[in-house]
Amino acid sequence: MSGSYLTILLLLVCAVGFGVGPLVLAWIWAKAYSPEKPGPYKNATYECGLESKGVVWVQFKAEYYLYGIVFLIFDVEAIFLLPFAVAFTGLTAGACVAMLVFLFLLVEGLVWASRKGVLLST
Amino acid sequence: MLTFLLLSLVKVIVVTVVLLLAVAYTVLLERKLVARIQNRWGPSRVGPFGLLQPLVDGAKSFLKEDIIPAGVYKPLYILSPIIALSCALLSIAVVPFGPERQFRGVDLFQITDLNVGLLVILGVTSVGIYGIALSGWSSNDKYSLLGSLRASAQIVSYELALGLSLVGVVLRAGSLSLRDIVNSQSAHGLFSWNVFGGFQFFAFFIYLMAAFAETNRSPFDLPEAESELVGGYHTEYSSMKFAMFFMSEYANMITVSCVATLLFLGGWTSPFGNLLPSLGGSILASFVPFCWFVLKVLFFLCLYVWVRGTLPRFRYDQLMAFGWKFLVPLAIANIIGTSLWLALRTS
Repeated sequence: MSGSYLTILLLLVCAVGFGVGPLVLAWIWAKAYSPEKPGPYKNATYECGLESKGVVWVQFKAEYYLYGIVFLIFDVEAIFLLPFAVAFTGLTAGACVAMLVFLFLLVEGLVWASRKGVLLST
Repeated sequence: MLTFLLLSLVKVIVVTVVLLLAVAYTVLLERKLVARIQNRWGPSRVGPFGLLQPLVDGAKSFLKEDIIPAGVYKPLYILSPIIALSCALLSIAVVPFGPERQFRGVDLFQITDLNVGLLVILGVTSVGIYGIALSGWSSNDKYSLLGSLRASAQIVSYELALGLSLVGVVLRAGSLSLRDIVNSQSAHGLFSWNVFGGFQFFAFFIYLMAAFAETNRSPFDLPEAESELVGGYHTEYSSMKFAMFFMSEYANMITVSCVATLLFLGGWTSPFGNLLPSLGGSILASFVPFCWFVLKVLFFLCLYVWVRGTLPRFRYDQLMAFGWKFLVPLAIANIIGTSLWLALRTS
């Protein structure tokens, strides 16, 4: 079935082409027919007419890492659950119980995170 | 091998062009429907019923001056709309549009049938988030940055609910291939679709909510809340680059609607099962399932527009609480319920 991945590669090339192509064409068109007229106001950062103050690239709260970890755990969990779901009909009762225990532990983690107020950090 | 490559190339180009056309006309559909909801006419001047409006819009965004603000980080600023659009187009790769029909070894109604199809869609759409995150960061604009941060946090938390809601469907079908999932709901028409006969109603609800949030659509369109953030993550983009973000949003909407159709509404299968007379094996007959598929996708797109036209926007903390404290637990409950039900039925 190597052909099927080959087709995805073709689609990828095509998709990137449809992304880059118009950009390049528009750029060529602009070079030929609409010369650039840059200006300090025209190229300023748009912040509703107010003058932009300070830089944007600042550091964020370190507390954000907890949210990141919770997300990571649950995302990996979802990935683990999919093979379990595919193989479900062939599994023994013990395997299913093990999976339910796994789910239970994660639910516990979710309850902990929500009690701690991690999930609503903005 | 060469014929296979050439035929595949033609198929890929045809699908991409059709998808882009569908994107253009989804925009028109949205503008028309929202206009009717708000008691206006919507676009009506360019062509009959405004049908040529999308083409004119495309030409306009192509010809507009591309202003690159002074403060941006240029490489990422240019790269991010390309990432967004390419990933949006790429995610259609494993979606089957109709039952298998081979022509010289090339499947006519699907780009490629992978046995991990669902995972491919999840993966590609996750990469698409980079487009949004990088665009906000590289723009050097506070509104853009806030918009992209919101978008990342929102997509990240709703991706969980989305992924978990799929597990119930996969449990029923026993496969990740989208074609197998559709075939598992084709027995008795309407009554074997996952949303009705499969008792996946809750999964459907979760999927729908998560899909609205994933595509940054109302009522979860916080990343581009005009009243707070100007234009959101694409505030600093103009001309073709803005159009690319715009197109990627609508392409994502279409993909999400396709996946919803395949997973919950039986894909290309007719709602009447075998009650309708068959047209035999003619080439025409193989387009009937395709029409069902398009109709169902259209239904989802109209639902998108309807929701946008009627519901107000969530507040940010409400949005996060809804995702984490309601959808994720509900999805886990659905997984447990479905697996218990399946276990009882098979034993």
